[in-house]
Amino acid sequence: MLTARAGRLPAALLALALLAVAGSAAAGCVRRSDEDPGPVPDVPGGTFTVALTEPDHLTPGRTTSSYSLQVLEGLFDTPLALDPADGHAVPLAAESISTDDQRVWTLHFRPGARFHNGEPVTAASYADAWNAAAYGPNGWEANGYFSQIDGYAALNPADGAKPPTDRLSGLEVVDDSTLKVTLGAPFSQFPMLLAFPAFAPLPKAAFADPAGYDLHPVGNGPFAMDGDWRHQQRIDLRRAGGYTGPRPATADGVHFRIFTSKDTAFTELRAGHVDFMASVPPSRAYEAKRTFGKRYSVRPSGTMDYLGLPLWDTRYAKPELRQAISMAIDRRGITRAIFNEVFAPADSLVAGMIPGHRAGACGETCEYRPERAKELFDRAGGFTGTLELYFANSDPTYEQWMTAVANELKQNLGIRAIAFRKMSGADLGPILNGHKATGPYRQNWVVDYPSVQNYLAGLLGPNNRSGWSDPAFDRALALGNAAPTAAESEEHYHEAESIALRALPLIPLWNWQDQTAWSSRIGNVLVDPYVAGLHLEKVTVRH
Amino acid sequence: MGRYIARRLLYAVPVLLATTFLIHAMVFVLPGDPIQGLAGDRPVPAAVLAELHRRYHLDDPLVVQYAKYLGGLLTGDLGRTFTGEPVADTLAGRWQVTLRLGLTAWFLETVLGVALGVWAALRKGRWADNAVLAGTTLVIAVPVYIVGYLAQLLFGVKLGWFPVAGAEDGWPTAYLLPGLVLASFGVAYVARLTRASLLENLRADYVRTAGAKGLPRWRVVVRHTLRNSLIPVVTFLGIELGSLMAGAVVTEYVFNLPGVGQQVFQAIQLREGPTVVGITTALVLVYCLANLVVDVLYGLLDPRIRHDQ
Repeated sequence: MLTARAGRLPAALLALALLAVAGSAAAGCVRRSDEDPGPVPDVPGGTFTVALTEPDHLTPGRTTSSYSLQVLEGLFDTPLALDPADGHAVPLAAESISTDDQRVWTLHFRPGARFHNGEPVTAASYADAWNAAAYGPNGWEANGYFSQIDGYAALNPADGAKPPTDRLSGLEVVDDSTLKVTLGAPFSQFPMLLAFPAFAPLPKAAFADPAGYDLHPVGNGPFAMDGDWRHQQRIDLRRAGGYTGPRPATADGVHFRIFTSKDTAFTELRAGHVDFMASVPPSRAYEAKRTFGKRYSVRPSGTMDYLGLPLWDTRYAKPELRQAISMAIDRRGITRAIFNEVFAPADSLVAGMIPGHRAGACGETCEYRPERAKELFDRAGGFTGTLELYFANSDPTYEQWMTAVANELKQNLGIRAIAFRKMSGADLGPILNGHKATGPYRQNWVVDYPSVQNYLAGLLGPNNRSGWSDPAFDRALALGNAAPTAAESEEHYHEAESIALRALPLIPLWNWQDQTAWSSRIGNVLVDPYVAGLHLEKVTVRH
Repeated sequence: MGRYIARRLLYAVPVLLATTFLIHAMVFVLPGDPIQGLAGDRPVPAAVLAELHRRYHLDDPLVVQYAKYLGGLLTGDLGRTFTGEPVADTLAGRWQVTLRLGLTAWFLETVLGVALGVWAALRKGRWADNAVLAGTTLVIAVPVYIVGYLAQLLFGVKLGWFPVAGAEDGWPTAYLLPGLVLASFGVAYVARLTRASLLENLRADYVRTAGAKGLPRWRVVVRHTLRNSLIPVVTFLGIELGSLMAGAVVTEYVFNLPGVGQQVFQAIQLREGPTVVGITTALVLVYCLANLVVDVLYGLLDPRIRHDQ
């Protein structure tokens, strides 16, 4: 009898352990993602959960990360906002904005606005916030966004010395609701810049305890913080009680759950524990389409990938060679094979969703024409030595598409020796900025405001990475910046774009698109392709 | 025994100094500029760059950086992350998560591993033995993140038994699935080790003697054979306690547990020197202590091993 028991002892232990594992399984009800209980009623109240990646900061001037911006969309009202339909600037915290010469701008703010802690929002709240961000020694990440304002150079000495003042000379608080902004040069796109969260106002508390404020930002938007930001875990917002602005919140609250892995976040969305996800990984495109159906959308984004060329290396000096490389790349094939058709082949230097984008601006040069490419390649005198491709190791798809590009250059142009220079972003940045690369590199651009000018000035302005410059290009940009109407500005920007596309220091590759999916619990989901992301205040919840 | 333990603890000091210096050197000597890396494809204004370099001591020579770090360490300052939080603060909220996960996995590994091993050994050559062998081979062959995602889909989404990810449901609910995934490799290893060791000892003369003198079989297996057979298993489990704490990196990433492993994963990606060095120092300590515990346990299992001569 004892022997028999001994035989079963380990089996019993095993069963016990298994029971312990299974027994504590969560018994709570599980909402399944694939059920469709019909449209969400349009009533206020309820809370919903959004999947997020850890933001870097929640103080508006200290971040440019899109994950932070999604939270700040709820917490802050910027002076202006971008119309979700076409990206033109519309009033938000400001009632009006006016200028006569595109250089001196006058902002009038809505009266009676208050921060979540009751402090009145005045013109000085804006000036203080902008001064703090523009002051170099503060080391705030959005510093560069203020470079157009008069006095920026004085706050950011190139040698890192201590600036003589901590205020932008171009800001003048006229009265509690009026702010006069003087720019260094005329800049017709300035209103769009004012929709960027770094231009939001800050209360006095932000300066008294910056570290505490970053964990619990007090804003002027439709939602307020509900408890502190719990790093790597969650951020909770609740409807702000005293909000008087033009976009009150519909839901009672928003929970952001922070994930390190987007795949895990997507699994949580499928399990029904998360209601909204703004960037489903491209590798799960087909699964998302199948599972979420109508609640899945691919929306255009302003992010572009380019192949940058080192013009200081004489081998890349001839435009024909650069065009040959461009025409040897099968953009459609690569976006299909590597990005599951979520990314769109580029036909211009700017993304398709930007007002002023010209379809086919790049023409034949951005199409896949292997024979023509070979012809141009031979006319340019071919290529000698090793062609090195530079890219960062931060995402495995970079190497995948670079490999595809390398194979096409081998096949279509007959360049035999191709090498990869793959390294961390920390190493690649200084090499590219210091003009030390000896081959084409991955160049990416995330748009700040939806204007052709943002791409052209950001990528090809003074001291750009490719080392290209053309006075005609600079002149066209400056004319666009000073033009009195949007249409006239656009005309000059288009001219500048055409100049850059003829010279081709940057080869447009493809335009990123974001895959969004959401649960059947939420309705009125408006995701805009500009800075705002999901319009949190508009979301309705089934509850 | 007391003197032995004191001596072993003293040995830990040079080990700690050497490892922190090596890690420091490896993290900081790498070329490139982590601040530029953070900014991605956008140039950083010179004034901002200078300020951030100053704040994180990035312009000092290696030895000066290390001295400053050690000085800080003695006063309890582990440095700051790139978002400005003190590393010590970020660790304070995290080590419990990793400890819970590690101990859960270690417990599952010990219980399941030894049980499966004994079961397989006693049924050598029959289906149970073959099933354990085949199952453990499979688990050892599949990378842990694949096991993790599969477990999430099966137990979290399809069956709904466990939360898919996150630590919010607390112990034990939130830790069982990641614990099991983290333990999977170790369970397989412990089971095979126990099986092999037990089989070898079951053939030994003293076991036949014990059986011949009429002892019940369970007594022969548990008291006489298993105790001897567990010595290699204890060695593995002891070192495993340290590796589980360190190896939680992938599991914490997949299961979104806000522990030390998740932090070190992100810190390495961002090249945050102080965070990486601070966490590794703590892990080296855990390793040293785990090894000491194992060595002390040997004496209890096998009276022939003595530490004080």
